[in-house]
Amino acid sequence: MAEPLLMVEGVSRRFGGLLAVNAASLSAPATRITALIGPNGAGKTTLFAVISGFLRPSAGRVRYAGEDVTGEPPHRLARRGIARTFQIVQPFAGLTVRDNILVGAHLRHRARAAALAIAEEIGHEVGLGDVLDRPAHTLTVSGRKRLELARALATGPKLLLLDEVLAGLNPSEIRDFAPVIRTFCAGGIAVVMIEHVMQAVMSLAEHVYVLAEGRVIAAGSPGEVAADPAVVEAYLGHGAAAKLRSAHG
Amino acid sequence: MLSPLILISAVLNGLLIGAVYALVALGLTLIYGVLHIINFAHGALLSAALFAAFFAYQKLGLDPYLATFLLAPGFFALGYALQRFIIGPASHGDDRNMLLVTLGLAVLIENALLYAFRADTRTIDLAYGFRSIDLGFTFLAVPRLISFVAVFAVALALWLIMSFTDTGKAIRAVAKEKLGAELAGIDVAHIYAMTFGLGTACVALAACLLIPTYYVNPSAGNAFVLIAFTIVVLGGMGSVPGALIGGLLIGVVESLGGFFFGESLGQVGIFLIFIAVLLLRPRGLFGASA
Amino acid sequence: MKAFLPIAIVVAGLACVPLFVHSNVVLNFLLVTLMIALAGQGWNILGGYGGQYSFGHAAFFGAGAYTTAILQAHYGVNAWLGFVAGVAAGAAVGAIIGGLAFRAGLRSSYFALVTLAFAEVLRILTSVAPITGAGVGILIKLDLRAQSFQFQSRAIFYFVILALVAIALIIAQLLERSRFGVWLIAVRENEDAAMALGVDATAVKLGAMIVSAAITAAAGCFYVQYFLFIDAGIAYGTWISIEALLTPIIGGVGTVFGALVGALVVKSLGEGAKLVTGDVPGLDLMIYGAVLVLVIRFAPRGIVGALADIYAHVTRRFVAPRKPAAGVAHG
Repeated sequence: MAEPLLMVEGVSRRFGGLLAVNAASLSAPATRITALIGPNGAGKTTLFAVISGFLRPSAGRVRYAGEDVTGEPPHRLARRGIARTFQIVQPFAGLTVRDNILVGAHLRHRARAAALAIAEEIGHEVGLGDVLDRPAHTLTVSGRKRLELARALATGPKLLLLDEVLAGLNPSEIRDFAPVIRTFCAGGIAVVMIEHVMQAVMSLAEHVYVLAEGRVIAAGSPGEVAADPAVVEAYLGHGAAAKLRSAHG
Repeated sequence: MLSPLILISAVLNGLLIGAVYALVALGLTLIYGVLHIINFAHGALLSAALFAAFFAYQKLGLDPYLATFLLAPGFFALGYALQRFIIGPASHGDDRNMLLVTLGLAVLIENALLYAFRADTRTIDLAYGFRSIDLGFTFLAVPRLISFVAVFAVALALWLIMSFTDTGKAIRAVAKEKLGAELAGIDVAHIYAMTFGLGTACVALAACLLIPTYYVNPSAGNAFVLIAFTIVVLGGMGSVPGALIGGLLIGVVESLGGFFFGESLGQVGIFLIFIAVLLLRPRGLFGASA
Repeated sequence: MKAFLPIAIVVAGLACVPLFVHSNVVLNFLLVTLMIALAGQGWNILGGYGGQYSFGHAAFFGAGAYTTAILQAHYGVNAWLGFVAGVAAGAAVGAIIGGLAFRAGLRSSYFALVTLAFAEVLRILTSVAPITGAGVGILIKLDLRAQSFQFQSRAIFYFVILALVAIALIIAQLLERSRFGVWLIAVRENEDAAMALGVDATAVKLGAMIVSAAITAAAGCFYVQYFLFIDAGIAYGTWISIEALLTPIIGGVGTVFGALVGALVVKSLGEGAKLVTGDVPGLDLMIYGAVLVLVIRFAPRGIVGALADIYAHVTRRFVAPRKPAAGVAHG
């Protein structure tokens, strides 16, 4: 079997005395939605930062499409096909929605006309067709999340790292977002998403990794992971799993 | 043959002048540490303070050391007003705007002085202006010695203010975590203005200490401010001990550099140190890493 | 092609001025204004479009000025070749300073500081070095022939500087519609987000710095040809660093015409003040400082920016929102 598109092998990242990520390993194959969950401060965003080139790991390797890309800068990884969104959305506030997406589109298309066409297309696909000419800072939270996604998609990635892209959305907005993500995945992209919104994780992801205190403590299908006592402990505290079991007889 | 005594003399004089540099740098680093902006108007404010001290002596007959009690509060108020009503509101959420505003203020103040008072250099003659202590192998100017002691007194006073007064604690809180301080009910705009006022008061103090042995003209402050920037960057942005140690260090470097290479090249040496620190270790000796 | 129409109109309009104006004083004023506009447009490329605020653009003005002055005065090089060499020298200095500053990851305040320091170092060095004439400066010998890039008639100098400004305007317009320009603006808005989208921020900033430096250096070269004199204070003085940044800020950063508009406004203010109160030193810069503070405080996008806001406000009221263009391919 061919190597999965993304392979993270034993990555650690230390900040002074704090070991934010501790020998974490995961793999994400193409056309699959892989979720990365865990309590706050577990190191998920740090791991994303390492994978997308914003941080160098203190140890371990990142392999992408069969090559070792550990430590390459973000723009080089973007050219290889790794795109990411940010937990705190970072729109180009002063530019229009269209011009925001245009920046991403220009990665693979030098000519302005071609890049504009891509931007237009993707803008419609994520549901921003009506607001393409509005300044980005006038968008609602949901709109900004879509814009984050659109910009990343415009770069024509093969691997999409979504960092809490559903945070701050209400349930109906989440329901609208999910099919958009699923469509891109079906198109051949590998998606790794950090999420706290459990309903989304359970319904979208095919494979789940659980990170707690920097280490991967569980991996498997959503159902397996939800039943894992170690996961319950990580979220609800020591002894919680036993308490739950005894409460349910 | 270079006598070691001559070198020691250069070092000692460097330390004395370095102390005043440190005082100017102290104001700058205080402002940066809390507001996270580089106050490009610092030099022009020093020029203005020098003129103020000059006229306090000429028109009011105030000895500069006495004039501090007039000038320091006055410039504190000026600094407070500048930050509260001009610099702060001009930021529009982008630090770069504050850079431009302080630059604009620098140009405005310096040239207003030039326009009003012309470019002639003035000095004041004080009885003790030329008094010095004879150490045998060298002379140390009394005003410079007074400055040296005064600077440490000021640093101590600042430390006491920061540690024990409510305002000082609020300033430290805002410097560390602005949003948290705001949520805790601290009026950040007021604290920013207080800090800027303190920094400007330091400048006024430095002017009063300098004027017995220095000159007054609209661009006098500029010579100091680039050196002050160097010190702040070398010592670490926002670090008070860094400003003190950096100031003394740069004073010595300038003294020795000027001694060996002549004044102009000595200045170039300082700027090259400045550039090197910016490029290689921007957080300086004691600053927090970016 | 349609995008260049405004530039053509403006340049054509300015080119007609010598037909009606024969006063040397006025021509001189316009000449110097255009020269400042050129220097400012250089700053605008890096600061306006790229968001990297340099406080030491004098470094490039002076590099251009001294290079052409030294080549002509000491080595007898032809003035036109000297001009080209000056622009190249400016670009080289830009590459060095930019390379050092951007590789070290300097941003915002630190970047402003380091550019200020470089300009100051150059000023001090050239004020003592023999080859730059030390404290005395360099004089170019009067030789009123076209091949020496000197002209009897001021009007010809005017056309030369106007041509240079036209080129700078075209460069800005091309930049806005190019991929490089889109990337540069993205870096200005949010460097990290831009990097995540594949933009090599360091390379883009460096490229902008080189273009910016070359344009400002051209202004320095022109200064030497017109005034036939240069010294350290003129070449690397804070006056040019200030005027180069002031004009686009006031006119409108990140716009094609901002530097030109700003130069016209700023220089007119300066001259106007001198007419009213006499030519007292410090008056013009004092006004510039005040204007800078007021503009940032009340109209941070400058004149062109404010006009654009008004235009957008008005058109939103009276014009229906644009529909997506028909014929664009969909998913």
